[in-house]
Amino acid sequence: MLCIAFLIFSFSIYLRPLNVRDFQGVDKVKAAEGRLVWQKYNCQSCHQLYGLGGYLGPDLTNEYSKFAGSSDVLKAFFKGGFKQMPTYNLSNKEADLLIEFLKVTDASGNGDPQNYKLLKDGMIEQNGKK
Amino acid sequence: MEKNKPNPGKPYFRISLYLLFFGLLAGVLSAIIYILPEFLKEDLGLIKLRPLHVSSVMFWIIIGATGCVYSGLSVLSKVPPIKALANIQLVLWLIALVGIFYSYFIGDFGGREYWEFNPIWALPILLSWMLFLVNFIRMARTIKRWPVYVWMWMSGIVFFLFVFVENYLWIFPYFREHFITDMTIQWKVNGSLVGAINQMLYGTAFFLMDKITKNENNKIGYSKLAFGMYFLGLANLMFNWGHHIYTLPTDNYIRYIAYLVSMTEWIFFVKIIYNWRKNVKEALTNYHFFPYRFLMAADFWVFMNLGQAILMSIPVLNIYTHGTHVTVAHAMGTTIGINSMILFAAVFMFLTPKKVINKPPSSLLNGVFWMTQIALFFLFISLNISGIIKGLWQRDPNHGSFAEMMESLRPIFFVLMLSGSLLTIGFSIFIGTLINYLKIKKY
Repeated sequence: MLCIAFLIFSFSIYLRPLNVRDFQGVDKVKAAEGRLVWQKYNCQSCHQLYGLGGYLGPDLTNEYSKFAGSSDVLKAFFKGGFKQMPTYNLSNKEADLLIEFLKVTDASGNGDPQNYKLLKDGMIEQNGKK
Repeated sequence: MEKNKPNPGKPYFRISLYLLFFGLLAGVLSAIIYILPEFLKEDLGLIKLRPLHVSSVMFWIIIGATGCVYSGLSVLSKVPPIKALANIQLVLWLIALVGIFYSYFIGDFGGREYWEFNPIWALPILLSWMLFLVNFIRMARTIKRWPVYVWMWMSGIVFFLFVFVENYLWIFPYFREHFITDMTIQWKVNGSLVGAINQMLYGTAFFLMDKITKNENNKIGYSKLAFGMYFLGLANLMFNWGHHIYTLPTDNYIRYIAYLVSMTEWIFFVKIIYNWRKNVKEALTNYHFFPYRFLMAADFWVFMNLGQAILMSIPVLNIYTHGTHVTVAHAMGTTIGINSMILFAAVFMFLTPKKVINKPPSSLLNGVFWMTQIALFFLFISLNISGIIKGLWQRDPNHGSFAEMMESLRPIFFVLMLSGSLLTIGFSIFIGTLINYLKIKKY
């Protein structure tokens, strides 16, 4: 019984993409490629998305809107390094894909812990996107 | 314990002990980066050191648990594993480890958190695990009535296989193109994999307790309570991973299921407190038996970590600890305090020569044991304090910059580095002792 419940639960998650809308203004194919760039350069080692990841650098969930979608500023960060962040040799194509990925993370919600309201049953909920 | 039979777990113990040593060194170097951010920046940096540290200690636990299951089964089963399969299983692990660590050193990543290596190296691990399952079935089917720990070992092996495959669903664009679903599955996997390995390790702890306990009334192999706990652990493995992603805007039912199931952990907690007196009495009786000492330590760290885990599973509290070092404290507390202590108990039990196992430990081992516990306590506390400071910073609408907050944590990171170094020295002495035991041909 427990195993069947687990399988149903797992498949309900696997099938989730069929029931949700895509984020507007984002190329999901490019963003999925951008996720691979994120993994290739192991950004998760220091940075977080929704508080999940490394602890040395800041959370990047909404970094895209923080820099008002300025590709040049973001690219300068990616390539130039900063303090403990080493310099990376990202190609222009990789940098564009990474920006598309950060556009998706930004469009998905607001990862700032201040943006959550506390519910009476002990659960938390996002206070709208921004 | 029967020591005349050959122990198929020994090569796994050897590899896992070397991995632990390497992982500890990488951990200390990583901690230094938190104090001196530019330390080894261009040569290694946290980019390489974090996966080196995490993968090494993760494999110490996974490969060590494999050794424990093989060792335990060799005592219980009437047949040995198929030698050819066991050898291929081991070779596949070695291929994976060489590939993974070589790629980390040259900076060839491509995987995800905790599994940062190129997915190609997951293949030998997967094949190796399948062979492990075949050998497990061969050995376990000769045991007439399975005690709870054999069920736990089987559940751990089977679920690891399932979840490990799930761990690579992101390779398919269908999953990767949907960020929220992708993140949900990623953390489903991370939570359940820990649960699967815990089944193998807690099963080992039950096995050891059954072998150590002389009082027949305290034997737990077939007790209803032990089976009840096993099913509760299994339910947590399947449904309790959602507390990692309370902040992620995924479907509410996923978050509420995790919230509800995680509250069943109170049952474990109450049970631990209820058993406290009995455990203290048993601890006093077995105190001089060195492997038991580690089980006693694991018991203490279960108490510390479970209390913290339950609190962190309440979303309104989780919002303060999520994304902070409180999470790291929990991860370190469980992997070092619980998993590693159980593993040391098992490895000392299986490898200590017969003529010394019943003697009290040397004053060096005795002192080192207490040094590691104290060092771990300071490590745990320092991580919690830095986590709480960051948590309060996160929730403060007028907070300063991230860099300023990290700067203010530097003295606490110094305590972290110091306690981590002491822990490394202590564990290295245990590792050296056990490697020496491995050299002894006759027990």
